[in-house]
Amino acid sequence: MNMTINFCGVTFPNPTVLASGILGVVGDSLKNVVINGAGGVTSKSVWLTRHDGHPGPVMMGTQNFYINAVGLPDGGIEKAREELKKYMEWNESQPEEKQVPLIGNIVAGSIKDFAEIAKGMRQIGPDIIEVNISCPNVEDEFGRPFAHCAISAGAATEIVKKNAGKIPVIVKLSPNVGNIGEIAKACEASGAEGLTVANTFGPGMVIDIDTAEPILANKVGGVSGPGIKPLAVKKVWDTASAVKIPIIGMGGVMTGRDVIEFMMAGASLVGIGAGVYYRGVEVFSSVVAEIEEWMVENKVANLQNIVGKALKK
Amino acid sequence: MNDIPRVLKIVEVRMENPMVKTYIFKGNLGAKPGQFVNVWMPRVDEKPFSVAYCDDKEFWLTIAAVGPFTKKLHKDFVKGSKLGVRGPYGNGYTVLKNKHIVLLAGGYGAAPLYFLAHESVKNGCKVEFIVGAKNKDLLLYTEMISKMENVSLHIATDDGSVGMKGYNTLILEKLLAEQNGSSDGHGIAELFVATCGPEVMMKSAMDICEKADVPIEVSIERYMKCGTGVCGNCCVDGLGVPVCKKGPVMRGEMARKISGLAKWHRDNVGLKINW
Ligand SMILES: Cc1cc2nc3c(=O)[nH]c(=O)nc-3n(C[C@H](O)[C@H](O)[C@H](O)COP(=O)(O)OP(=O)(O)OC[C@H]3O[C@@H](n4cnc5c(N)ncnc54)[C@H](O)[C@@H]3O)c2cc1C
Ligand SMILES: Cc1cc2nc3c(=O)[nH]c(=O)nc-3n(C[C@H](O)[C@H](O)[C@H](O)COP(=O)(O)O)c2cc1C
Repeated sequence: MNMTINFCGVTFPNPTVLASGILGVVGDSLKNVVINGAGGVTSKSVWLTRHDGHPGPVMMGTQNFYINAVGLPDGGIEKAREELKKYMEWNESQPEEKQVPLIGNIVAGSIKDFAEIAKGMRQIGPDIIEVNISCPNVEDEFGRPFAHCAISAGAATEIVKKNAGKIPVIVKLSPNVGNIGEIAKACEASGAEGLTVANTFGPGMVIDIDTAEPILANKVGGVSGPGIKPLAVKKVWDTASAVKIPIIGMGGVMTGRDVIEFMMAGASLVGIGAGVYYRGVEVFSSVVAEIEEWMVENKVANLQNIVGKALKK
Repeated sequence: MNDIPRVLKIVEVRMENPMVKTYIFKGNLGAKPGQFVNVWMPRVDEKPFSVAYCDDKEFWLTIAAVGPFTKKLHKDFVKGSKLGVRGPYGNGYTVLKNKHIVLLAGGYGAAPLYFLAHESVKNGCKVEFIVGAKNKDLLLYTEMISKMENVSLHIATDDGSVGMKGYNTLILEKLLAEQNGSSDGHGIAELFVATCGPEVMMKSAMDICEKADVPIEVSIERYMKCGTGVCGNCCVDGLGVPVCKKGPVMRGEMARKISGLAKWHRDNVGLKINW
């Protein structure tokens, strides 16, 4: 039975990937996620310089949904260098079949800064660079994300691609657009080698009725978790229908069956974010075991073969 | 799986010392000693605080005014005010039965350990409670502790204004040495130490306990946001785990694997700061 996935020329031992912004502040935390079974890990979005994020509460969950407005706090590229290098050194010391690729997620408020942060991330040298052009909870600061406009999305892709050297560049899209296929095509045409579909939905809001106050300090936040899964699957489907480049699908993935579902909609890899809240960091090994069970039951020898299975019919 | 803040009324505010107040809330929190809650002040922020006492009717939070959030709390929140509370989060101290235990508190660490003492005594334990502070005015909970049955209070102050002059860890060392030679049936093999306070103090307590071969539990404080092991801000080097979830209380052997223990922690964006 083969669960390895080739994505942009990089080998992932299994299709589960830690989504950006979850357990990604400290290098040794990424290592801990890998020890718990993840097939890939993504850093928290890295800015060129320190960025403080929002006051609390920054996130909360119910059995149906998760909502967050962390506001992309980060210590900047020098901190990322120290932490990501630490992970990479440990990973390289592992036997080859156990090595787990690192995706370096970058963010910037302007095209000019995207050039600089891409250079910085290239020097660190993760396996893949993921460009976050789709965070819904820093709109007060930066306006509508680049991912809402095909021209801006293409421009961000192009500048990162130009500065990323040989490292494959993937772009993280927003699900909050009517034409995700068009945005995806613009990124593909500008040199993106893959896409991440998608960031959180919304923004949404939760109000405490005892105080009549929005709970998140930022008032609004991106929605993820169980309730968004069918919406996210459709976004992956629409994107996969529009482009040829491979996709990391995510949004509400809790189980191995969810992973299979995203893969059948066209995702090669599948991200897990809020799943860590619902099932602990152990979610990765549980999900991998569930995928394995499904493969045995359904006599699937090579997992990569199911990518886009529902789409192709 | 619902962790939405519950808005609760402060039923009493107790002055502990010039820096510290205890807020008493009505409600059944269901917390164990060593666990913490996130306190939500609408439109301001949300911050973690240890539970200083809890039964099925009320719970206490003992809070030092150190910065914007806690100073605003001290100034604007009085009896009758409401705050959002979610949790309890994290794991607690082991509550033993019929054992002889030593508690070592520095700063507001006396509050969560008071709760542990309370539960331990209920379970038939005999407690040595060591409290340390810079000076007499900053001592916390000592009056209440001194009134507890089966609890002996030991005080150390840096300036000697009350109790022993010097570090409270000296008292720990002395107690462990005494117990070693004691014939009261509670030999050193029976002892158990729990500590909460500045990390440098806890680290030195860990060293003392390692030498004496006595088990110890410590409470690790890091900059926390979500409280549920998601955001990753409180992940410690070496172990790589979020202490809001795999801590804050952990065995000394585990805490030893934290690189930078008693040397650095991290701020709200994950940058290292020296203790
Ligand atoms: C598990 C845990 C239990 C705690 N229990 C208590 C308690 O019982 N009583 C008490 O007085 N304090 C407790 N604290 C510390 C308390 O959270 C901080 O004092 C408070 O957040 C300070 O906020 P501020 O805005 O007043 O000060 P700031 O000026 O913002 O900070 C002052 C200090 O508090 C630290 N701090 C600030 N925000 C946080 C945060 N979100 N998480 C952790 N540390 C932070 C800072 O690093 C700094 O060292 C606990 C912290 C943790 C992690
Ligand atoms: C707490 C939290 C923080 C996040 N931070 C980031 C981030 O820094 N960068 C980013 O590209 N996406 C971020 N996201 C979005 C996730 O990576 C993911 O796209 C989304 O949550 C959907 O997946 P899920 O339903 O599995 O959570 C964050 C999500 C959550 C829940």
